[in-house]
Amino acid sequence: MNHIEAIDVSRSFGSSEVLHGIDFHAEPGEAIAIIGPTGAGKTTLLQILGLLDKPSSGRLKLLGTEITASVDSYLGLRRRMSFVQQKPIAFNASFRDNLAYPLRWRGVGRTEREARVQAMLELTGMSGCARRKAGTLSGGETQRLAIARALISRPEILLLDEPTANLDPDSVLNVERLLAAIIQERKTTIIVSTHDMNQARRLADRVGVMMKGRLMQVSSPDDIFSAPQSIEVAGFVGMENMFSGTILARNEGLVTVDVAGREVQALADYRAGTEVHLFLRPEDVTLFQRREAGSARNSFAGKINRIFIFGALSRVEIDCGFPIAALVTRESLEDMGLAVGAVVHVSFKATALHVIQK
Amino acid sequence: MPELWLGFLKALKLLATLDREVMEIAGRSLAISSLACLVAMVVCLPLAGVIHFNRFPARRLLISAIQTLYGIPTVLVGLLVFLLFSRSGPMGFLGLLFTPALMVIGQALLIMPVILGLTISALAGLDRKVSRTAVSLGASRFQAALLTLREARFMVLSALIMGFGRAISEVGLALMAGGNIRGYTRTLTTAISLETAKGDIELALALGMILLLIALIINIALNRLQQAGSDESH
Repeated sequence: MNHIEAIDVSRSFGSSEVLHGIDFHAEPGEAIAIIGPTGAGKTTLLQILGLLDKPSSGRLKLLGTEITASVDSYLGLRRRMSFVQQKPIAFNASFRDNLAYPLRWRGVGRTEREARVQAMLELTGMSGCARRKAGTLSGGETQRLAIARALISRPEILLLDEPTANLDPDSVLNVERLLAAIIQERKTTIIVSTHDMNQARRLADRVGVMMKGRLMQVSSPDDIFSAPQSIEVAGFVGMENMFSGTILARNEGLVTVDVAGREVQALADYRAGTEVHLFLRPEDVTLFQRREAGSARNSFAGKINRIFIFGALSRVEIDCGFPIAALVTRESLEDMGLAVGAVVHVSFKATALHVIQK
Repeated sequence: MPELWLGFLKALKLLATLDREVMEIAGRSLAISSLACLVAMVVCLPLAGVIHFNRFPARRLLISAIQTLYGIPTVLVGLLVFLLFSRSGPMGFLGLLFTPALMVIGQALLIMPVILGLTISALAGLDRKVSRTAVSLGASRFQAALLTLREARFMVLSALIMGFGRAISEVGLALMAGGNIRGYTRTLTTAISLETAKGDIELALALGMILLLIALIINIALNRLQQAGSDESH
């Protein structure tokens, strides 16, 4: 039984539809990250999943219960879940008392409550903060308090809305470590929204991309980042090389695509004449000073337009009839004497290209 | 202004000698106003929660009406209480007219708008996230409302300070509901009024100073409590 099942869920506020036809499911113990730009509808989706809001239409099933009435009538179900909201707040009490609240609300007796608070303090490494008052906690500590407070009731579903937004790198690391430990236990189904794609990649079993209220794609992190199913997702996940073309020929899974007058070969199964998008990650592009007879099926000469150096890597933008970006190490850049205006040979394998129909 | 100086000296003397009648009047004033605060608090805190947490037609209008009543003349409340509880009034059968009990009821009615209105403002001033966070962590709506009230406790204390100040300093209501009966319903304010009418300005001033002193001590105590709570949360 899936812990979460949303079928064609939509949410409107007046005439504006914030969520459109969301189809989504989560298996027990699964960790799913929802990524998307600000205003994509991630928070609204989490609030619906957390029974803080109700869909305007569609079906929602949580832990086997179909949500049909007002969300207020599902207190028992809500108590099997926890939700860490964006920029969470600590109640005006000590760290320890904050942790105890969800247990009090569930009628857990004092002895068990104290034991569970102590265990949670140890699990989260926050024993030193037990007596500290809410007002003295830093942003990172408040975030960890919020996660610990959500976990103490042993929820079957944990929802986290941007748990590391506005935190310093050290605090982000601490929060991620805590989340990774919970995910590893596989006892809780976790839905986490984030705008940090690398965080989604690090933490989640599956990643959903939300844009303009639609769940555009839900796949494994590798698929999201290397095989996006739409140009919007490709753009959002930072697919820097995106070309459009028309398939000229197909031969046993290998297609030849006309891209700005150049013939590019890729693996796909579309018929000749099909309009397609091609995606290529910059790290899959190799640069040579002269044409090389390697295994790569695509090799074009081009002129370097721009070079950006960031840390140990450089991003080289080349015009070879269509613009293409490559990532090379700074060392290679110097060894090859690459400079703006120089002519280089760009090479990439047919397997490195991801092709989708327009 | 020799009366002021003489009044001050007399106040000191009354306090130093623990004048029996003055102490009794002061104690009664304190008891009636404190009880009125307690009654108003018991009624207003849940009511403020109901008004704050629920959306219903004319809610804004109701809050505006409550705020309008902050400055209702004490004598008007006294008149209403008198009419309600006089022998021929609808509550006359209770026989409460000219008793300390009715003075408590009257003062409670007088300060309810202040305590109710300021408590609603305190709840509205709190981050809406408090109750939402509680609900998202498994609290029922009632548990979330209790937590929100707890979070607003220092602001609610301010409302109580205001209410107590208004209750202990009013005179019109105490006269009309209590009747200023010596040894029974006479309070500091009604005694001041009486002594002034009798021409004993020094005693009236002395009683006024004692009234101010009591109000000051209560305010300092409540403010210290508020300060301690505020320090504790930071």
